[in-house]
Amino acid sequence: MAKFPRDTFRDSLSVSITVGAYGVAFGAASIAAHFSVLQTCLFSLLAFTGASQFAAVGVVAAGGAGLSAVAAATLLSTRNALYGMQMSPLLKVRGLKKIAAAHVTIDESTGVALAQTPRGTDAMRAGFWLTGLGVFIFWNIFTLLGALGAKALGDPASFGLDAAVPAAYLGLLWPRLQTNFLRLVAVASMIFALAITSWLPAGLPIIMSVLVAIAFGWREV
Amino acid sequence: MSQSMMWAVLLGTSVFCFVIKLLGHYIPETWLSHPRLQRINALIPISLLSALIVAQGLVIKTHIVIDHRLAGVGVALAALLAKMPFPVVVVSAAVASALFYHLH
Repeated sequence: MAKFPRDTFRDSLSVSITVGAYGVAFGAASIAAHFSVLQTCLFSLLAFTGASQFAAVGVVAAGGAGLSAVAAATLLSTRNALYGMQMSPLLKVRGLKKIAAAHVTIDESTGVALAQTPRGTDAMRAGFWLTGLGVFIFWNIFTLLGALGAKALGDPASFGLDAAVPAAYLGLLWPRLQTNFLRLVAVASMIFALAITSWLPAGLPIIMSVLVAIAFGWREV
Repeated sequence: MSQSMMWAVLLGTSVFCFVIKLLGHYIPETWLSHPRLQRINALIPISLLSALIVAQGLVIKTHIVIDHRLAGVGVALAALLAKMPFPVVVVSAAVASALFYHLH
C-alpha cells in the first residue's frame, strides 16, 4: 500500500472502533435469536454486512421462515452492489485482491473512501482498505464479546435483551432519517408492517415493507 | 426453527450478501444508475429497519403485543432525541425493559 495521509488513517481507525459497539449489539441480538456463539461469529466473518446480519437474525427471532430471513438480509445488502460499482474503478484490483475488496465493500469503507476525495486517489484507496479491514477486525472481535456476554446473561427478557434488539435497530435507523420525507417513509413502513402482521406468517411483514420503499421511491419528490 | 435451518439461514445470508458485493465490482456503472432504482435502493434500509423495530418491539409471532419491550424502545427513542451515543441508547433500553419485566 502506498503512503497515505495521517488524517486518512485517523478517519479509518475512529470509524472502525466506533462500529465495534454495533458488533456487540449484533452478537447479543444473534444469541437472543437462539443462534450459537459459533454461528454468530460466522455471520460476522462470512456475511460481514451489519444491517443484513441484523435483519437475518431479526426475522428468525420474530419467528419467520428461513427463506424470509435470507431474503430480508439480501434486500438490505443490495446497496453494497452500488458501493462496489463506485469503488471498482478506483481500486483497479484483480483476482484474490478483488475478492477481498468485494468482501469489505460496506457502508463504512465506501463512506471513508469517498470522504477522502479532496486528499487524492491514493488517500481514497487507503481509506477504503484501512476502514474495510479495520471494521472487519473490530466488528468480529466485538461480535464475539457481545455473543459471549449475552450467553452469560441468560434469559433475554430478564436482562432486557429483547428490547435492546429493537432499540439497536432504532439506533441504526436514526441517523438515516435526515429529512421529513425519510421520516415519513419510516413511519409509513412501521404502520404498514403492523397493519399486515395479523394476516401474514411471522417475518413476512418485514420483507413486505420493501413495498413501501418502492411506493415512495417510484417518483421523484 | 431447527438447527439445520439456522445453518441454512447463516450460509444463505453469507453467500447472497457476498455475491451481491462481488457483482457490484463487475457490473458496469450504467446498469444500476437508473434514478428510480437508486431512489428505491436508498429507501430500502429505512423500510426494513422500521419494520424490524415494530416486528421485534411490538409483535409476538403474528400478534401485536404491548409489553415491557415497548418501554425499552420508548426509552431508546428518548435517548436518541437527547443525542445520546449508540451504546447508551441500547443499554438504557435494556435496563428500562428489564425493570418493567420484573415489576410485572
